[in-house]
Parts: sequence; structure tokens; C-alpha cells
Amino acid sequence: MSSETITLGQAVAEVHSHGSHDAHGHDHHHEESFLSKYIFCTDHKMIGKQFLITGIIWAIIGGLFSVLFRLQLGYPEATFPFLEDLFGKWAAGGRISNEFYYALVTMHGTILVFFVLTAGLSGTFANILIPLQIGARDMASGFLNMLSYWFFFGASVVMFASLFIQTGPASGGWTVYPPLSALGQASEGSKLGMDFWLISMALFIVSSLLGGLNYISTILNLRTKGLSMTRLPLTMWAIFFTAVLGVLSFPVLLSGAVLLLFDRNLGTSFFLSEIVVKGEILPNEGGSAILFQHLFWFLGHPEVYIILLPAMGMVSEILSVNSRKPIFGYLAMVGSMFAICILAFLVWAHHMFVTGLNPFLGAFFVLLTLLIAVPSAIKVFNWITTLWKGNVRFTPGMLFAIGFVSLFISGGLTGIFLGNSTLDIHLHDTYFVVAHFHIVMGVASFFGMFAGVYHWFPKMYSRFLNNTMAYIHFWVTFVGAYLIFWPMHYAGLAGMPRRYTDWSNWQSFNMFADMNRFISTVAMIVFAVQLLFVFNFFYSIFKGRKVTSKNPWGANTLEWTTPITPGHGNWPGDVPEVHRWAYDYGKDGREFIPQTEPIGANESKH
Amino acid sequence: MNDQKRKIHPHKFTLWVAIGSILMMFAGLTSAYIVKRSQVSWLMIEIPILFWYSTAAILVSSLTVQLSLKALKAREMMSYRRWLMITAVLGVLFLVLQIAGFKQFGANDIRLVGAGSNASYSFLLAISGLHGLHVLGGVIALVVIAIQALRETTRNYNTIPLEVAATYWHFVDVLWIYLFIFFNWMK
Repeated sequence: MSSETITLGQAVAEVHSHGSHDAHGHDHHHEESFLSKYIFCTDHKMIGKQFLITGIIWAIIGGLFSVLFRLQLGYPEATFPFLEDLFGKWAAGGRISNEFYYALVTMHGTILVFFVLTAGLSGTFANILIPLQIGARDMASGFLNMLSYWFFFGASVVMFASLFIQTGPASGGWTVYPPLSALGQASEGSKLGMDFWLISMALFIVSSLLGGLNYISTILNLRTKGLSMTRLPLTMWAIFFTAVLGVLSFPVLLSGAVLLLFDRNLGTSFFLSEIVVKGEILPNEGGSAILFQHLFWFLGHPEVYIILLPAMGMVSEILSVNSRKPIFGYLAMVGSMFAICILAFLVWAHHMFVTGLNPFLGAFFVLLTLLIAVPSAIKVFNWITTLWKGNVRFTPGMLFAIGFVSLFISGGLTGIFLGNSTLDIHLHDTYFVVAHFHIVMGVASFFGMFAGVYHWFPKMYSRFLNNTMAYIHFWVTFVGAYLIFWPMHYAGLAGMPRRYTDWSNWQSFNMFADMNRFISTVAMIVFAVQLLFVFNFFYSIFKGRKVTSKNPWGANTLEWTTPITPGHGNWPGDVPEVHRWAYDYGKDGREFIPQTEPIGANESKH
Repeated sequence: MNDQKRKIHPHKFTLWVAIGSILMMFAGLTSAYIVKRSQVSWLMIEIPILFWYSTAAILVSSLTVQLSLKALKAREMMSYRRWLMITAVLGVLFLVLQIAGFKQFGANDIRLVGAGSNASYSFLLAISGLHGLHVLGGVIALVVIAIQALRETTRNYNTIPLEVAATYWHFVDVLWIYLFIFFNWMK
């Protein structure tokens, strides 16, 4: 479609071309109803905003859940009558019940991993950035794109509804291992809530597959003239690899979920064998609970990179723009993302070292897991060398990007500990694991997301976010994240297990009582500051400082050649042609040279 | 425009990526089957004879959808619609034969689901069932294209929708052949 629109030109008064091409990609100013503009919209920019705002709502819910269970962990002796007022029997006597605690941690994990950091992160930025950065009028299929959001919305509705079921939402952990998750009589949360969880996840998988198909096909097919793959900004490469990972790994989770639904509702024995629940001997035999773990982690591990890669891509772009320097080692960046992509599929069993996995097989998974350190180190090196002697502008987006690099290093290093099968015997399911994945995957990806929001907010809403609130947001979150998760490493090394509601009667871990109280206090402060960000976000949509120039950051990529408020179709005239890569900063005495500028007489082709 | 012609149409490309994705789902299921097979209490599966007939039906339907596409390219609209309808009917026939095949298990006192069921038969049901859903999707696509072809007041010779549907149809056919060989070989 891109070359079609280039050759036809004169986009404003143009005849629609029916037939094999999509005909929606032109800057017509026809009147749109509220419904077609904001609700059932096929414009990629609006769909991106829908993903972002739905993601923000989920992040508030998921974050609030963590505050609630941190309240229990930090103050196991105290009672909070207001909790009983709010949650009734779930917090009888003002104390969070065991079932409620498990429901909270399960929903916290599910919501943040899938609904916020998968849909909210790649859904948002893939939709907003792909057509703008590759010079396309819209996605390959606007309709599939709309479906992708509405399946996500459907998944959200089902998951949200599950919070209000009498027996509560799913509460077997976000990994929903059978047999706990397969048997309704095993726990309250394994009753109706678990079915809702599975149905919601099935809808979610369909959503992310539809989205992923579209992202891949758009990036490969609709790039504007002159934009070869090696001229793509790293954000595009990252989103491309993310989509490939999603398209190849989510279907495997779907097959696991389908089999689990069979076990739950049709009495099959895929994952169940020889079980006695509360004295009742179940008829199931011949199933294997470990099988589910294989199916789950075959998605589950790539999922980590589905979350992390878009953040890496955006951070690369933002670091380069705000250092006023080309990204260091562009091809090495692409190559290392490719390597991460391949390795992501070959390491899933490192989540299963203690399931009785053959130690010989484990050795290979150890080796492949530790190999991921190589591309990760390449990326870190390149980010730091991009910053090195740069003309750094500390915009809020830039601060979050630097924060991402810091967190990625801290969290990545503990990954080397956990990747060893021998050390993992001690560290498995302790707070060391909690600290590791929260820093490297949770908080780091959130930082990438915040960096992206601060950096591209002017493109989304034609206004800036408030800087003062942004700086408070950054510093409190950055310091707070380390204060929350750093101490957990010590508790984990001492062997303190995760998923326990109360350690106060456990002599060995009594010494961490003060530390837990401290962590909980910081968690509440950090959560409050996220609300400040949410306020800043919605306030600035309407009242923020207006963007007055097309290219406020002085960036090279194509999205900054569109009008300040781009219409449906993005460019009012022809789609611009690209003549160079995205990272000509500080070249030939010029601060930046946009991608659309032809190669000069004294330049070599890039 | 020439540049565009050499490139694969975005919709066709999207379909190929989707095929890769669906393949991953069945790769997950069949590898689960292999893992399960090596464990205790696995039963030898009897493949119902009806599955051979359904396999024949879906093989022939691949041929008819190709004939339909050929007719459309030659702009022989009557023959195009006829082959399209025949393909859809063969698709439905495939599904009916599959369901009848599973009914046979019940007649032979083999439990596919519920108490006393064995995972080997449940796998057969789950995997074939998911494949059947994909065939059903293909039938719906063919019917939609056929209805559009019958309703049109102006002639439309755009072959892309049918090409996409035909590729998908061949895919579910080949997928079934793979599963059928897999079940016969791995029983």
C-alpha cells in the first residue's frame, strides 16, 4: 500500500482505489461519529491509545493488589478494619484471609504480566509507532487491529468479572499449575474463577495473535520508499521480534489452556493422575502435571522477552535521541535481539529444574540460559557507549531510559545466579526469584514503558506531560524500586519462600520482620507516586503545555515529520521518502539529520 | 506499481504468518502427545475406519478449491461458483464424518472424556476437535465468499480473497494429513 500511495500522490483529493488494496489510507476530512472515532476505530493511533488507557486502568488495579498483600506481609499482626468493610469475608476481622492473599498475588501477576506489560506495552507502542515510524498510512489490516483491541477488551471484562465471583478469582498463582488449578475441590479459587481465568486468557491470546500478525505483516510489507530493514529505528526491530515471539509461543499456551479446560470440565486426565483430595480418591489416571509446566513455560519464557524487547527498543531510541549521538553498534543491537529471540525458545526448562528434570538435560538448559547473558551484555555495553560523552538531555523520558539500563543490569546479574541448576535448588521459589524477575522484567519494562509514554506523549496528544510531576515520579519510583526489591535478595538467599501469607511464627525468618515492614512502606509510597503519574497523564491530555513544533525532541525518525496532530492517514500529502538510517545525530557539525533528508554530495550512503 | 506486484500481497503474507502460528499450537499438542505416550497407562488407539473416508473427503476438497480458483482466474463464473460450493460441502462432509467417527468410540464402550477416560483417547479428541474448528473456520470463509459471488450485481474478478481462502484450505488439509499419519504412526 505504501508504494501505491506514493505513486498516486495527491492524497487529499483522491479517488479510492478498490480491489486488492486497502482504501482507507488517505487524509480525508469526513465527519466521524463519536462511536467510529473513539470506540470502533480502525485508526492505529486511536487503537494504541485504547490499549494504553486500558493498560493504565489494569496497572492501577494490579498495583493496588500488591499494596494490599504487602500490607499483610509487612504487618502480619495488625488488623485493618477498613479492609473488612471493603472486602467482607475475604478480610474477616480486618486481616487478609489466606484465600484472599492467594487471589491477590495470582491476579497481581496475571494482570501485570499479561494485561499491562504485554497488551498495555506492545499493544500501545506497536500500534502508535509502527505506521508512524515506517511511513505507512495505517496498519496492514485496520480491521484485524480493531478486533485485536476488542478481544483484549473482552478478555479484560471476563477477568474483571472474575474478581466478583462468590468463590473469588483464580488463586493458584499466575502460572496456574495443575493439579491445583484443575480441580475445583482443591481450593476456592480453583472453582468458577479458574474457568473465567482460562476463558479470559484464551481471548487474550487471540487478541495478541491478531495484533502480532498485523505488526509483522505491516513492518515487512508497508515500509515507505527507501526504508530498508537496516534503516529501521531499533523500536521497529524490537517490536518486530516481539511480535514473532508472540505469534510462535502464545499458541502453545493456548493448547495448554484448552487441555486444562478439558481436564476441568470434561473429566479428562491430561494433567491429572492418582490424586486424593480431602480423602476422596479421584478416578483420574495417566496424566502428567509436569506436561502442563512444559506447555506453560514454552510460552512463559518467551513471554519474558515479549515484555522486555519493546522496552529495549524504545530505550535504544530514546537514549540515542537524547544523547544527541548515533546509537552505538546498530547492527549488534539487531543481532543481539535476534539472538535473544532464538534463545528465548530454548531455555524454558530452567523454570523446572526442581521438577525432577533429568540433570543431564538440565545441563543444556543451564548452558543455553547463561548464553543469554552474551546478547544482553552486548546491549548494555551499547547503551552505555551511546551515553558515553553524549550531549545528554535529561528529559523525563531519558531519565526513565537510563533507569531501565540500571535496572536491567541489576536484575540481569541475578539471572546468572538463578540460571545455574545447582544454585536454583536452593533459590527456587524464594524471594531471590521474586526480586530477580520484578527488577529485570517487571520494573525495568515499566521503566521502558514510562520512557515511551513521556517521549511520545507529544505525538499522541499534541501536549507535553508536566515535567515537575515527571521528575518526582522518576526519582521516587527509581529509588523506591531498589529499596523494595534489593532487600528481598537477602531474604531469598536465607531461604525465605515466596507465596506464604505469614512468617511471623516461623523462627528462621522472624529476623526479616522489620525489613518486610520497610518494604511494605516503600511499596505504598511508590504506588502513590504512580497515581501522581496517572493524574499527570490525564491532566496533561487536556491541560498540558501545547506542542508548538513538529519535532520537539529534534529526532530523526518519521513520526516527527507528521503534523503536530496527525489525522487518519498520518501525512496530509505524500508519505515521505527515506534516504538514511535513523541515527544521524551530531554528524558533520549538525545536531541531527532527519531520515527524510537526501544524502549530501560529501556523504556516503548509509 | 511494478514494485508492488513483485511483492507478496499483505493479506496473503498475514495468512502465512497465521499458518506458522497455528502450526505452533499443533506442534505443542503433538509433542505433548509424544511425551504422554512414553508414560505408563497409555492405551493403543484404534483409529475409526470413518477417518479414512473423511481424509479422502478433505483431500478431494483441496482439488476442488483449486479448480474453483482456476475457474475464477479464467473468469468462468458459473464453474467457479459450482466448485466453490462443492468444496464447502466437502468440508462439511469431512466434519460430519469426523463426528461420526468419534461416535463410534462411544458405541465401542471407549470413554473419550469423563471418569474412566484415558488420556490417549482424550488427546485424539482434543487435537482432532481443534483441527475441526479450524476446518469450520475455513468452511465459513468459503461460504462467505460464495454468498458474495452469488449476490454481486457487478462482476468482481478480484482473486485475492479466494487465493487466501484456498491457501488456508490447503493448509487445514495438509495439517489433517499430518495429524492422521501422526495418529496412525504413534498409536
